[in-house]
Amino acid sequence: MSPTDVSAATASAAAQAATAAEQAGPQTITLAKALNTAMADAMHADPSVLVFGEDVGLLGGVFRITDGLTRTFGENRCFDTPLAESGIVGMAVGMAMNGMRPVIEMQFDAFAYPAFEQIVSHVAKMHNRTRGAVKLPMVIRVPYAGGIGGVEHHCDSSESYYAHTAGLKVFTPATVADGYRMLREAIDSDDPVMFMEPKKLYWSKDQVDLDALRDEHAANTERGTSSEGHAAVARPGTDATLIAYGPSVPTALAAAAAAAEEGRSLEVIDVRSIVPFDDETVCASVRKTGRAVVIAEAHGFASVSSEIVARVQERCFHYLAAPIRRVTGFDVPYPAPKLEHYYLPGVDRILDAVDDLQWED
Amino acid sequence: MTISADHTAHSEAGAAAPEDAPEQATENAASEAVRKFGITAEDYMLPARHQIGMVGPDGILTPHTEQGTQPGHEYSLPGDEELLAAYEQLVIGRRVNDQNSALVRQGRMAVYPSSHGQEACQVAAALCLSDGDWLFPTYRDSVAVMARGVDPVQTMTLFRGDWHSGYDPAGHKVGIQCTPLTTQLLHAVGVAHAAKLRGEDTVVLAMCGDGATSEGDFHEALNFAAVFHLPVVFFVQNNQYAISVPLAHQSVAPSLAHKAVGYGMAGERVDGNDVVALLAVLDRAVTLARAGSGPLLVEAHTYRMQAHTNADDATRYRQDSEVAQWLAKDPLSRIKTYLTDRGLLDDDNAARIADKAEAVATQLREGLGEDVPVDPQDLFKYVFSAPTPQLKEQSAMLADELARDAAGTSTATEAAK
Repeated sequence: MSPTDVSAATASAAAQAATAAEQAGPQTITLAKALNTAMADAMHADPSVLVFGEDVGLLGGVFRITDGLTRTFGENRCFDTPLAESGIVGMAVGMAMNGMRPVIEMQFDAFAYPAFEQIVSHVAKMHNRTRGAVKLPMVIRVPYAGGIGGVEHHCDSSESYYAHTAGLKVFTPATVADGYRMLREAIDSDDPVMFMEPKKLYWSKDQVDLDALRDEHAANTERGTSSEGHAAVARPGTDATLIAYGPSVPTALAAAAAAAEEGRSLEVIDVRSIVPFDDETVCASVRKTGRAVVIAEAHGFASVSSEIVARVQERCFHYLAAPIRRVTGFDVPYPAPKLEHYYLPGVDRILDAVDDLQWED
Repeated sequence: MTISADHTAHSEAGAAAPEDAPEQATENAASEAVRKFGITAEDYMLPARHQIGMVGPDGILTPHTEQGTQPGHEYSLPGDEELLAAYEQLVIGRRVNDQNSALVRQGRMAVYPSSHGQEACQVAAALCLSDGDWLFPTYRDSVAVMARGVDPVQTMTLFRGDWHSGYDPAGHKVGIQCTPLTTQLLHAVGVAHAAKLRGEDTVVLAMCGDGATSEGDFHEALNFAAVFHLPVVFFVQNNQYAISVPLAHQSVAPSLAHKAVGYGMAGERVDGNDVVALLAVLDRAVTLARAGSGPLLVEAHTYRMQAHTNADDATRYRQDSEVAQWLAKDPLSRIKTYLTDRGLLDDDNAARIADKAEAVATQLREGLGEDVPVDPQDLFKYVFSAPTPQLKEQSAMLADELARDAAGTSTATEAAK
């Protein structure tokens, strides 16, 4: 690879993007496409945005999330690295120190562990260690969680490790529109972001208007506002609150739909941003309903779900009609494909937990 | 006055920045050497049969035929001006090491990993670079950091304990001193990669020790640098010990420099107490890297004359007789003899340099003697670009605690009544 003027590559990418006319107005796309479009738009807007990782170049990533980026932007903007996760993250740290905005892919949740030292000791701490002199505007994309029948080491819910580490932002989208919106915001962030992508939702579809999302992003950029750090009310309700994130949001919505048939109105909160956490939105809902169930695929012990319960309990104790319940993965290593069904939080287990919220009192 | 003045002087002397070097000419220094000397590419990448040495412990120039050079591994003697600058930095570096060790004993610093005995490596690592280049140091490389122009007192912030680092890495192009081993080598690779993508001719020198070569990031950094053909000089100070464990327990490779060939890069061994040879080897490595020849690995044989830190007891794992052998190879005395014998250094000049070193020591004593107030609110300021709502809450909680303490109304005070 010879040194190339990055801006020249961008100009040619812009030309290509212009010729590949996109369908205007609302269209049905997958979460994968939304993420891919977010990266392409960010690379188009800023020549310092680079994408690299394992198999992300010609192949477009094992989940095809980086599909076409090398073709469009060239091998200097989206490229394959040697197969070494610590190397990928460590090199991204140096690039971010020197003016780039790397967006890197860890191929699977459990394959990110070799990079743990770089993430915890450097990515998370560099800004603090240098009293803000060094910013690390980098995004570490992690396809995570289960539900795809993957063999072992391909289905871990690793978000709690990162959420526990001071200095990392941890985002996880649950909808197609949020895939675009949140990845653009993560790339814009001057702080490092662990971007946890629920891999079982990659092929979930929704009707979105990409141009409207682009306009929204542009307007937010101009105003200096964003959706970062905000939870969303995914379904309004009055009787109890289901608090979920990432892969568990559709499950929570399905549970709320089933409960509605039985005459119970459940509000579903999509946490979206684990760090920073939106206490305000979550607590407003729980104060309103007086009951809550937290749902997460990860093991419950010492996890994001336990943190949410603790926070809500500290802030909403006098509003609670019942102890907050959790529906999480069991405290066992992620199961083999034929057993994952027993492990994953499902609609029935969520409804059982809701039934347990001391309604007779 | 700081230790930095001489870095500028060195740059003016024009160390190793052949801006007119045609990139393609050295695109593959290995193939050039193969063509020119009829050697194999492996012979070019493997270190020379013997370590490179130019001035022996007695301060006498080694005859050219005994310097360890061979076809494809040729080194020219550095210029007089560069050697004088190096001597000055060596004197200052030794004084800094000894002053800092004293300050630790006086309780002015929490800890100081001294590079006493390794100053030639420290100085050469800093002087071989040009102004736009980056250095990535370890915790033992404070003298190299200062020799790159970072304020001595700011450099000591980590060891004094008021913060994790006291200087701006981007402003100085000096990475934060790294305590986890070899993680900084990958940051060096990233800085070089970003510069290369922008078409800049930046060279990055990344430092680590012998024990650190066992770490996974050492391997990943060398491999990434080689695969992406990046201008990084990996500089291993082999000081024989990783705290207490000798090199033989880290690696049974013929030498650490031999690891280079496995990555497809050139390696070289050099006498780490001979600043003349160090500058010759590192200057050439930087020149080749800048000209587009890819990364290189340089291993310097030196010795940690003192314990790992003040908290360590070196007598538990090594013999005084071994230390005494290395005392005779001191890097400072040999360059002084060499320069004096060549008429480049007279008593006046030596006295002027000693005064400079004393001024830096005074700066350290005064700077570290001051009680710098720490602000507890700094805990929350730099975690993110802007504090999260949770950090704002915690910051307010601490502020309230401190306000109540100051007013004498804390819970503990109440209870005591």
